[in-house]
Amino acid sequence: MTYLGEGYTLRSWLSTHDHKRIALLFAISITAFFFIGGAAAAFMRLELATPAGDLVSDDTYNRLFTAHGVIMVWLFLIPSIPNVLGNFLVPMMIGARDLAFPRLNLASWYVYMAGGILVLGALISGGVDTGWTFYTPFSTMFSDSHVVLTLAGVFVLGVSSIMSGLNFIVTVHTLRAPGMTWFRLPLFVWAIYATSIILVLATPVLGMTLTLVAIERVLGVGIFDPALGGDPLLFQHLFWFYSHPAVYIMLLPAMGVASEIIPCFARKRIFSYRFMAYAIIAIAALGFLVWGHHMFVSGQSAYASIVFSLLSFLVAIPSAVKVFNWTATLYKGRITLSAPMLYAWGFVGLFTIGGITGLYLASLALDVHLTDTYFVIAHFHYIMVGGSVMAYLGGIHFWWPKATGRLYPEMWARVSAVLVFVGFNLTFFPQYLLGYQGMPRRYHAYPAEFTLLNVFSSCGAAVLAIGYLLPLVYLTWSLLRGAAAGDNPWRATGLEWQTPSPPPKHNFEDTPVVEAGPYEYEGART
Amino acid sequence: MDAVFQWLTPGVSDAAHRTDVLFFSLLAITAAVAAAIFAVVVVFAIRYRASSTVDRSAPPAQNLPLELAWLAALLVSFLSFFAWAAYDYRDLYRAPADAMPVYVVAKQWMWKLQHANGRREIDELHVPVGQAVRVVMTSQDAIHSFYVPALRLKQDVVPGRYTSIWFRATRAGEYHLLCAEYCGTQHAAMRGRIVVMEPAAFARWLEAGPHEPGLAQRGFELFRQYGCSGCHSTRSAVHAPELAGLFGRTVHLADGRSLVADEAYLRDSILLPKKDVVAGFEPIMPSFAGQIGEEDIQAIVHYIRSTRRE
Ligand code: HEM
Ligand SMILES: [Cu+2]
Repeated sequence: MTYLGEGYTLRSWLSTHDHKRIALLFAISITAFFFIGGAAAAFMRLELATPAGDLVSDDTYNRLFTAHGVIMVWLFLIPSIPNVLGNFLVPMMIGARDLAFPRLNLASWYVYMAGGILVLGALISGGVDTGWTFYTPFSTMFSDSHVVLTLAGVFVLGVSSIMSGLNFIVTVHTLRAPGMTWFRLPLFVWAIYATSIILVLATPVLGMTLTLVAIERVLGVGIFDPALGGDPLLFQHLFWFYSHPAVYIMLLPAMGVASEIIPCFARKRIFSYRFMAYAIIAIAALGFLVWGHHMFVSGQSAYASIVFSLLSFLVAIPSAVKVFNWTATLYKGRITLSAPMLYAWGFVGLFTIGGITGLYLASLALDVHLTDTYFVIAHFHYIMVGGSVMAYLGGIHFWWPKATGRLYPEMWARVSAVLVFVGFNLTFFPQYLLGYQGMPRRYHAYPAEFTLLNVFSSCGAAVLAIGYLLPLVYLTWSLLRGAAAGDNPWRATGLEWQTPSPPPKHNFEDTPVVEAGPYEYEGART
Repeated sequence: MDAVFQWLTPGVSDAAHRTDVLFFSLLAITAAVAAAIFAVVVVFAIRYRASSTVDRSAPPAQNLPLELAWLAALLVSFLSFFAWAAYDYRDLYRAPADAMPVYVVAKQWMWKLQHANGRREIDELHVPVGQAVRVVMTSQDAIHSFYVPALRLKQDVVPGRYTSIWFRATRAGEYHLLCAEYCGTQHAAMRGRIVVMEPAAFARWLEAGPHEPGLAQRGFELFRQYGCSGCHSTRSAVHAPELAGLFGRTVHLADGRSLVADEAYLRDSILLPKKDVVAGFEPIMPSFAGQIGEEDIQAIVHYIRSTRRE
């Protein structure tokens, strides 16, 4: 019997300890939040289609971009790949029957939902206008919106992150099947492992920082507000100490997904496996040392800025190594451009552009001009939305037959991959130009000379929206009507493909014994 | 400025040109590398498509020399751009000695500016062409950011401290002054303009219109009014440092540190006197925090700045 057949009642789902079912609970919840966050973005792009602030009021606009940021970062991007694909796949990829702590895993979902409800509660009761960055002293002394409720929500979401991170770390350490040595781990597992370490080390700093903001706001204890003897830059240091590593929480898992898909549809071992694994670790480690690059014009010491700039250039090196190796994997491969492969290369392309523009921002004198403009908006959307969301969709398609036992309609999937890629570039490329022109972010009305590029961007957003809605439609359709997939439609090598599709409750009848590395495709053997 | 599109906001200072050169150099190199990568991907995807029968023998699992070469190339080019950008950045904070001071107080949602002769402006800054201008800024409430795209220049304006930046505009005209750090409801409306004028026209502008006795004069009056002069004058019985000619000098502190007396130091000495105690003096000065408005503090700072040691 498959894991899906273990019970059909709502209760059987809400009390399950099966990592695969919990993954689906997360999948449904984060998808809902993705479309809520997307709706906020749609209103923003509509407003920005004209230079005057004519569709919504300034206060409403400020609440929209805050809602968009908070939801997309904490309710979608951070949990997306780890809690959905990671939850589903990590035990299967290492030959385990479940995560190390199945109850903690379920608890993590409940805590996540509690955090989500708090955040939604704050939005429904009037919203928040601080931006997802909660900069002080605005957030502590000047904003009269539902700051504390939102902080509480994000705090609770952080608890869920920590629970999941801990679970993955312990699982990878203790539950690997016989023969599954560290350097036989699929790169996806390496990525989730590194991500989990960041989650566990960085998230407590976020929790503490948000608590301090709440204390200053509610009790008037001077921590960040200079009028009370506090230091506003202290907040920025603490916030980015979490939030810079957090961008790697959103990115590393996406790199892991691409590293599974590309060898499969090139029928070849990944190029330079060890460098790929080391690069993941290097990114995770260096990512902790570059937070100050968000503060080049904040008034922090110029010497600190110089050190942070140097380290930011260095953190880009392992990323460039990965792009090189994905490309080299194609050499002498046997390549099929099926939908997951298209998504994976969409990820690589957009990530490359996003990473390169990161270098511009790491360049001190240039950042003085570009920071807090649309250039930064374009930069991080290329990486987090272009990159990570494309990889997430690629992963959803790639493992869809495994999770559901059904095939999705290939043609539609390719159409949507292309639509997302094109729509994304239409939306966000003009924003690089706007940023260099000098259009600041978080503007609800703007000078007239920025109009045309904003109109392009808003039109692109419409294409992108269709690209994102399509999979929702055909994937749902395929659940009911899709052709039976068979156990391993892609002839992929990972352990997760050696079980039936959909897998039985405990994944493996007998614990597999691993005798080779993860990517032994035909091309590796000739 | 009515067009709905422009290619490039013209840069109107030497620093802005340097920034543009840096940007377009980075663009040229990174675009070439990105194009090369994309080309290789496309070529591979076609050449090694599943249906082709090309030679696939001995596929490499690794190629150490190639990988190390790629690493070395990245390292060298990244370090070069890092050094270039850091060098230019350093200049943004080194105002020439003859720079004309302008004091800015930002508040939700306006810019208040004062010139040395006491002339005040709101949401507009008039400056002469070719003259170095040093902007000393603070905020009365949230963090704001003083951003002039035409100068490629931006600096956060932070409550509780001074930040400063300098520029030398090279072309007369009107340019946007924008707030770039989100500061609440009307953040997007916190816009003004920088008016760069020919020196003669600027001189006329400065003298015309309402201005007070002069910022230093007002600062001197406040200096007496708040009782600063009671301690800090040569005739005073209290053992307090002489302030005339202090600006720009190196100050040795009681805890062994030393620093150069700039506007931020003068401000801190008024509001947080215990922070930097001058060597050889008792920490007896009271704090004036909460008693003097930011604009008055700027006047006092400017007064101290303008004094000379006899
Ligand atoms: C290739 C290496 C990268 C470099 C050198 C780099 C550099 C930078 C720099 C210097 C900034 C600060 C810009 C500013 O505020 O003025 C920045 C902002 C940002 N970066 Fe990156 N970045 C890189 C990769 C990434 C990745 C992988 C992600 C996400 C997965 C990311 C997400 C962000 C975000 C979210 C911001 C802006 C946050 C905000 O202001 O709200 N970056 N990046
Ligand atoms: Cu502002």
